[in-house]
Amino acid sequence: MSTIVTPPPTAVPPQPPAAPLRERLTGQILLDVKDLKKYFVIHRGFLRRTTGYVRAVDDVSFQIQEGETLALVGETGCGKTTTSRCILRAIDPTSGQILFRTESGKTVDVATISKRELRPLRRQMQMIFQDPYSSLNPRMTVLDIIGEPLLVNGVKSRRERIDRVEELMRLVRLRPEYMRRFPHAFSGGQRQRIGIARALALHPKLVVADEPVSALDVSVQAQTLNLLLELQNTLGLTYLFVAHNLGVVKHISDRVAVMYVGQIAELAEREALFRSPKHPYTAALLASVPKPDPRLRGQRKPLPGEVANPAAPPTGCYFHPRCAFAVERCKVERPAWEQISPGHWVRCHRARELTLPGIETSSTVAPAAN
Amino acid sequence: MALLSVRDLRTYFVADEGTTRAVDGATFDLYAGKTLGIVGETGCGKSVTARSILRIVERPGRIVSGEILLQRDGGYIDLAKLDPDGREIRRVRGGEIGLVFQEPMTSFSPVHTVGDQVIEAIQLHRRLDKARARARAIELFRMVGISRPEGRLDEYSWQLSGGLRQRAMIAMALAAEPRLLIADEPTTALDVTTQAQILELLRDLQRKTHMAIMLITHDLGVIAEMADDVVVMYLGRVVEHGPVDQIFHAPKHPYTQALLRSIPGIQHEARVKLPTISGSIPHPFARPAGCPFHPRCALVMACAAAPDGVCCDHHEPELITVEEGHSVSCHLYRKKGAAVPLALESAR
Ligand SMILES: Nc1ncnc2c1ncn2[C@@H]1O[C@H](COP(=O)(O)OP(=O)(O)OP(=O)(O)O)[C@@H](O)[C@H]1O
Ligand SMILES: Nc1ncnc2c1ncn2[C@@H]1O[C@H](COP(=O)(O)OP(=O)(O)OP(=O)(O)O)[C@@H](O)[C@H]1O
Ligand code: SF4
Ligand SMILES: [Mg+2]
Ligand SMILES: [Mg+2]
Repeated sequence: MSTIVTPPPTAVPPQPPAAPLRERLTGQILLDVKDLKKYFVIHRGFLRRTTGYVRAVDDVSFQIQEGETLALVGETGCGKTTTSRCILRAIDPTSGQILFRTESGKTVDVATISKRELRPLRRQMQMIFQDPYSSLNPRMTVLDIIGEPLLVNGVKSRRERIDRVEELMRLVRLRPEYMRRFPHAFSGGQRQRIGIARALALHPKLVVADEPVSALDVSVQAQTLNLLLELQNTLGLTYLFVAHNLGVVKHISDRVAVMYVGQIAELAEREALFRSPKHPYTAALLASVPKPDPRLRGQRKPLPGEVANPAAPPTGCYFHPRCAFAVERCKVERPAWEQISPGHWVRCHRARELTLPGIETSSTVAPAAN
Repeated sequence: MALLSVRDLRTYFVADEGTTRAVDGATFDLYAGKTLGIVGETGCGKSVTARSILRIVERPGRIVSGEILLQRDGGYIDLAKLDPDGREIRRVRGGEIGLVFQEPMTSFSPVHTVGDQVIEAIQLHRRLDKARARARAIELFRMVGISRPEGRLDEYSWQLSGGLRQRAMIAMALAAEPRLLIADEPTTALDVTTQAQILELLRDLQRKTHMAIMLITHDLGVIAEMADDVVVMYLGRVVEHGPVDQIFHAPKHPYTQALLRSIPGIQHEARVKLPTISGSIPHPFARPAGCPFHPRCALVMACAAAPDGVCCDHHEPELITVEEGHSVSCHLYRKKGAAVPLALESAR
């Protein structure tokens, strides 16, 4: 139409790259999960007879190196939270090993260790929760919330706790002046930071974050993701990052494990997984994500059917009823967990022969707004 | 001709602690066969806008001004003027306008089967006996892609999976063949694969029935996939409105630009710092003067610096048309020499 005064600049200033992977990693395996299973018993009736099992985690194996981020993705009910809770031993696994390398360099099996031996380990593994609203006690001040793990672990001096909480609040970019306020006085993103500060209070090695940004708006989500990346680089943290949003996962992870009905379908380095997925489920998942660009519209074909029931999983490959590539063998034989190229693990009979579409990712593709 | 025109709608919640201007001057049109996407972060007034159209705003919320013009028989009726409990609006609600909520769990009663509830919705708007209404319900269930529709009718909502429940909810919303479907976060609680199925379903239904869709979501990916036109809201105001391609490829408002940049996409470079919007959404009682976005805006113009004395922290910008069908509420786009409207001048 007619003259416009100033079209605002739309270019984004170049962002400093995060520390490259090799610098962050020490090469040490921090966590080694082997053949993990967690079956929940289904009871029925007056006598509470066992009538079946929910195979929430059904033969899961993966390793996490010190300093890296492994993302666990998958649809609702696929067993992400159950896997995390087993690792933190919030629940007892049905079988399998969870080998954790402690600060002193010893390797312990978290799956079978006694409660007494577990105590000192808890400090080294911490959890960040999804819901910044319900995971904080509304009757406690921020000082008490962040300071509680310190108190429990022997920091008896109040002065010392205040100093430490102040430092932690600064670390997560909260104003220390607000330490005597209650959670309701903070926004969702700020509450999530309180949860992060609390998790970091005891210098953990492993941080398990279960959907830490899922409840947040995009702008707050971006701030929180930046903070988590920065904390990892400065404190050398190792993350197990649980999420269902593939954009978030792509952004934060080094390696990605895709779960389907209690099993890991595929595990690979981030770029390999997004660019050339080997499991039909991963490819379908990538194709389902709505891309924030109307010009890419109509390229997706919805995956038919519904997620299988973990109490009565299909025969053979759990994915076969929905898989476009299923052959007779898929219906009868359970595919093995195989490494098909260095670091690329897949559970699919046809992984070696199929070429599946991935996502064109490039470090030069800038966000749509530019 | 627009099917529904919302004109300068204002819906406020007045309480002793303060007034929340949940919707504060929203203007947009909906057209048959087209999808209008409404985006914005939590609390910006998306749901209250939808509830205002259907006249189901909870107390102490109230439409304080504006028009909601629904086209009917070649003319318009103003829904904002109707008695919210009257017969007329009930004909519109669930009749001419169907509604799909975010949480289908709360939309169905757990004590009746979904079939009974859909049949009731059908009979409310069409004179059909029980058997015919049931046949129609089966037809609707089939249309929304529910397999074994006869069996599903006799199940309870809590027996259905999230995806099936959402489909049943859509079937119920379609019971009276609405001309407009308002879908408030219809896929937010669902997995991506289920979301893709539901969005495909909505598109398909629109192709068949030519209904208008007002799609509310904060997921910009869903908007890019579905919308023809987009309204971006911030603190109860429409800050930008335009064709979907323009909004994504040539966004005008600094808020829209910042919002798009902050999405971690699967196509973008990993593990770099995401551009963020500074500050946080203000408390609804402490709404900034002038442009509501100015405290967070990277391009804010203070009075001293503003060329014609119009500044972001004092004067509230109006919606300015920058191109056919694309408007933006931001002083950066004020035409040279345009006079400051009197009402704004006096607010100084
Ligand atoms: N305490 C329990 N008793 C019985 N079944 C359970 C229990 N906890 C989880 N499950 C079942 O185990 C399966 C895996 O659940 P889990 O919470 O681990 O999934 P998730 O991947 O975290 O899903 P979401 O994305 O919805 O959080 C589900 O079928 C769930 O219903
Ligand atoms: N019943 C109510 N009483 C008081 N204030 C309300 C009520 N309902 C909504 N509001 C306020 O109106 C504003 C707009 O709310 P609305 O629900 O429309 O936001 P929204 O854009 O739909 O957000 P979300 O993405 O979280 O659904 C908010 O500040 C909210 O707190
Ligand atoms: S094993 Fe067969 S059914 Fe399973 S994903 Fe591979 S091809 Fe599909
Ligand atoms: Mg979970
Ligand atoms: Mg809402």
